[in-house]
Amino acid sequence: MEDLGLWVIPLAILGGAIRVSTPFLFVSLGEVLTERSGRINLGLEGTLVFGAMSAYAIAYLTGSPWLGVLAAAAGGALFGLVHGLICSLPRVNDIAVGIAMMILGMGLAFYFGKPYVQPVAPDLPSISFGWWSDIPQVKAALRVNVLFLIGAVLAFAMWWMFRATKVGLIIRVVGDSTDAARAMGLQPALIRTSATAAGGAFAGVGGAYLSLFYPGSWNEGISSGQGLMAVALVIFARWNPIACFGAALLFGGAGALGPTLQSVGVSEGYYLFFAAPYVLTLGVLIVTSSPTRAMTGAPGELSITK
Amino acid sequence: MTDQTASNPLATPSPNGFLGTLARRSEAVILPLSALLVGFAAFSIFLSLQGKSPTEFFSLTYRAGFGTAFSWQNTLSRTAPLLFAALCVALPARLGLVVIGGEGAIVLGGVAAGAMGVIFTNSSGLIAVPMMVASAIIFGALWIGSVGALRHYRGVNETIASLLMAYIAIALMNHLVEGPLRDPASLNKPSTAPLAENLRVGDIPGWEVHWGLAFGMLSCVLAWVLIDKTTWGFAARIVGGNMRAAQVQGLPVGRLIVGFTALGGALAGLAGFFEVTAVHGAANASLATGYGYTGILIAFLARHNPLAIIPLAILLAGFEASSGLIQRRMDLPDATTLVLQGFVFISILMSDTLYGRFKIFAPERWRST
Amino acid sequence: MLIKSFSRRGFLKSTAAVAGATALPQFVSADGHSPLTVGFIYVGPKDDFGYNQAHAEGAAAVKAMEGVVVVEEENVAETTDVQNSMESMINFDSAKLLFPTSFGYFNPHVLETAPKHPDVRFQHAAGLWTDGMPTNVGSYFGYIGMGQYLNGITAGHATTTKKIGFVAAKPIPQVLLNINSFLLGARQVDPEITCQVIFTGEWSLAVKEAEATNALADAGCDVITCHVDGPKVVMETAAGRDCFVCGYHANQAPLAPEKYLTGAEWNWAGVYTGMVQTVLDGGTIDNFVRGGLADGFIKMSPLGPAVSDASRAQFEAVKAEIMAGGFAAIKGPLNDNAGNTLLTADDALVETDIALESMDYLVEGVIGSTS
Repeated sequence: MEDLGLWVIPLAILGGAIRVSTPFLFVSLGEVLTERSGRINLGLEGTLVFGAMSAYAIAYLTGSPWLGVLAAAAGGALFGLVHGLICSLPRVNDIAVGIAMMILGMGLAFYFGKPYVQPVAPDLPSISFGWWSDIPQVKAALRVNVLFLIGAVLAFAMWWMFRATKVGLIIRVVGDSTDAARAMGLQPALIRTSATAAGGAFAGVGGAYLSLFYPGSWNEGISSGQGLMAVALVIFARWNPIACFGAALLFGGAGALGPTLQSVGVSEGYYLFFAAPYVLTLGVLIVTSSPTRAMTGAPGELSITK
Repeated sequence: MTDQTASNPLATPSPNGFLGTLARRSEAVILPLSALLVGFAAFSIFLSLQGKSPTEFFSLTYRAGFGTAFSWQNTLSRTAPLLFAALCVALPARLGLVVIGGEGAIVLGGVAAGAMGVIFTNSSGLIAVPMMVASAIIFGALWIGSVGALRHYRGVNETIASLLMAYIAIALMNHLVEGPLRDPASLNKPSTAPLAENLRVGDIPGWEVHWGLAFGMLSCVLAWVLIDKTTWGFAARIVGGNMRAAQVQGLPVGRLIVGFTALGGALAGLAGFFEVTAVHGAANASLATGYGYTGILIAFLARHNPLAIIPLAILLAGFEASSGLIQRRMDLPDATTLVLQGFVFISILMSDTLYGRFKIFAPERWRST
Repeated sequence: MLIKSFSRRGFLKSTAAVAGATALPQFVSADGHSPLTVGFIYVGPKDDFGYNQAHAEGAAAVKAMEGVVVVEEENVAETTDVQNSMESMINFDSAKLLFPTSFGYFNPHVLETAPKHPDVRFQHAAGLWTDGMPTNVGSYFGYIGMGQYLNGITAGHATTTKKIGFVAAKPIPQVLLNINSFLLGARQVDPEITCQVIFTGEWSLAVKEAEATNALADAGCDVITCHVDGPKVVMETAAGRDCFVCGYHANQAPLAPEKYLTGAEWNWAGVYTGMVQTVLDGGTIDNFVRGGLADGFIKMSPLGPAVSDASRAQFEAVKAEIMAGGFAAIKGPLNDNAGNTLLTADDALVETDIALESMDYLVEGVIGSTS
């Protein structure tokens, strides 16, 4: 391999953005879908971890990583459905239910995941976009997983859905005003529950990426809070799916900064560099929020912005 | 946000007479208790499906959590940090804020106390210990108080901000105890310099449980007094009920938000102080072990009532205390406790929908004419 | 409340009674002698392909012994949790021999619990027992730095970029000794070789370990080893980047069969069965126990298919030297990576030297810093 000097930093950030962003992308897309319908699901961290476990277990047992992804999506949808149904009861707090679902999801994942810590499951395939370069670092950075591409397409598709389709309009109406939705003859609880279930499926797939591609292993420390952070990224992205894509890339790239700086000799205070993504997100939230008006793009019925 | 005031039996002076008040209060006790049992039942079904005996599970839990003097010591020694952590959630919740980053204040409070202990290592305990307490309280209060300030003055969502700040606090703690504050003699576990013996807070006489438990319980009682018996608490509950209405009425919403979040953070900082001075004897990475997150669970189970936090913290600590015996005797994974917590938490939250549904709890029914 | 007041002595008496009353029938053998109950406590999952698995494999060997019952707990934090877990094993299972296996269990947790139970033996991995500490506490460990030195020799032969990489958790003496040994081993092959280290800051954090491995590969390292609790992610990621790997803690060859050179493994089975046998025979284990390759405390994974003949020959020769005893990987003249002199030409720290257990420097040629 060649010594690229300081060029290694932007390259690593690009590579890190592509490698690390996918779980953030899927969970935040799922959360956008849920929040646009007027509910918040803080439990996606549990869904993500459960998705990671079930994907790994099924991929190991069947030999097919794609069946694993499917299992993760199904499991995620189930968690979303439960969250959606419980929150349809009057006077039940969706944030609290989210925290409870997070605990349950992680508990079940760890409970059933014990036998799968050691076995090696097949990885998801990736496509190499670095064929044009002779530099191994570039080749490695541009080795892109199929799920990343699917996620990118989904982000644009979801943006288009909210903008131009009837389903998108229905979700937005329900999210903006329960009363208006009722007046239109819609059933808000049903639509919100469906949106939460679909959002859960997205988060499950994000978990599958963790265990089946990067870092590509199942253990209890597989998620370092990606599911929780994705909820923050949605606010950061102003409920816009394409902005979620950008926020996920930014967050993934910022996460690669800590290790890479050490590799070029900035080795002191690495804990502080590791905290860079959190500081960055908080900073952007502080700058872009406003005490007087609701955030642009915020669904009117959303409890956290009311 | 939850409207906690609506179901609070003490929110308004009761015009309902003794029986009516009793009915309303029993609703607040009977409903969560039933929900707890429903959660246990659901968990029992889960265990049975795995071919494990729920009876064995609960009898082992009872024995290892509450059945013997040792079990009580085990349970109570885990309770202290949970009391503080739960208060850090419950106090802001009275204003309708969901703060989930208490872990950050615990960790920073611990580091601040540890650092003060090093600075004042040659002083008398009468000077050093108050300095340690004060620094833990101040750092905790600043950390969570700024979450409240960001919420009020910048409109930043407090749930997300507190979470981000918890991650940042843990990074800061790691940086400090492995960098500037590290004692070179702490070999395999990077820590601040060990506290002098006279700066260690010991056990409650006759118990093998440190003083944090007593102060945690006292804090719960004082928090209850603050919320239920003072004007500030009354104002806070109005803000929690309807923030805009409170603003219109001219209540100092900003000061209440910052004050209550800061108070919650100060208490979480105290948890860090006790961890350092009574358990570890120095500040290190063991400060971040998830007490803050268990505290969220307890606060919600207690429906943010500080007095209810005491028994619930003991209950959850008991479950955690029994986790080891369950692992060893039933060959169940350690995550079993987490699954049980999940079932119970969901069941109790679902019961929120039942308040006011049963006529037997309605004061009108018992009103003497 | 149940426990209104009781003195410490009263407390001990009552818990002893409880322990007797609650011992399960299975814990009493057919001839009426109660077997020895041995408790193992792990900080993580016991099948992590790493630190905890290595100890659990030792525990499994103890389980097979006659007259012994083994109880285990996983995922026990380095807080009051571990004190309570030890107390619980003593009170409910009548454990007489405990192996709390994580670094951070020692001070204060083991040191505070041991005096309350003078009839129980506490054997702690990696702790540094010194005079004045409770006599029913023992600390044991292995000279695994020697294993990393041997790893380094195979790495030195395998690298073409002259740059090797190390994913490390925290800059504590154990880890620093491993990093230094890995580089010094490689420098036996070619003194031009450098070693890049990246600290993840946590003992177990999968995504960060993968990112650190990728950063090493991006920086041009083509042989990578690590010191984290579970090396699985590092091994798989490094092999995926076409780097050679050297294992640590346990044998990770199945994770990267083509790329695995060798590995420094713990060999606790022999150590633990020996200690348990000593207790069964009524003997006392020494308070301070250390051992290396020759004592069977550590072992090397079988050399992988990518190891050249020259590499194999040097590996075996150095291994034989180490087995003979008195070997020093850290010897003068030696500077740290900031240019300060550590050892002059005549100085050497042999593997048994206790000074190695408080190492706080990275040697010349290691790229990284200790804070």
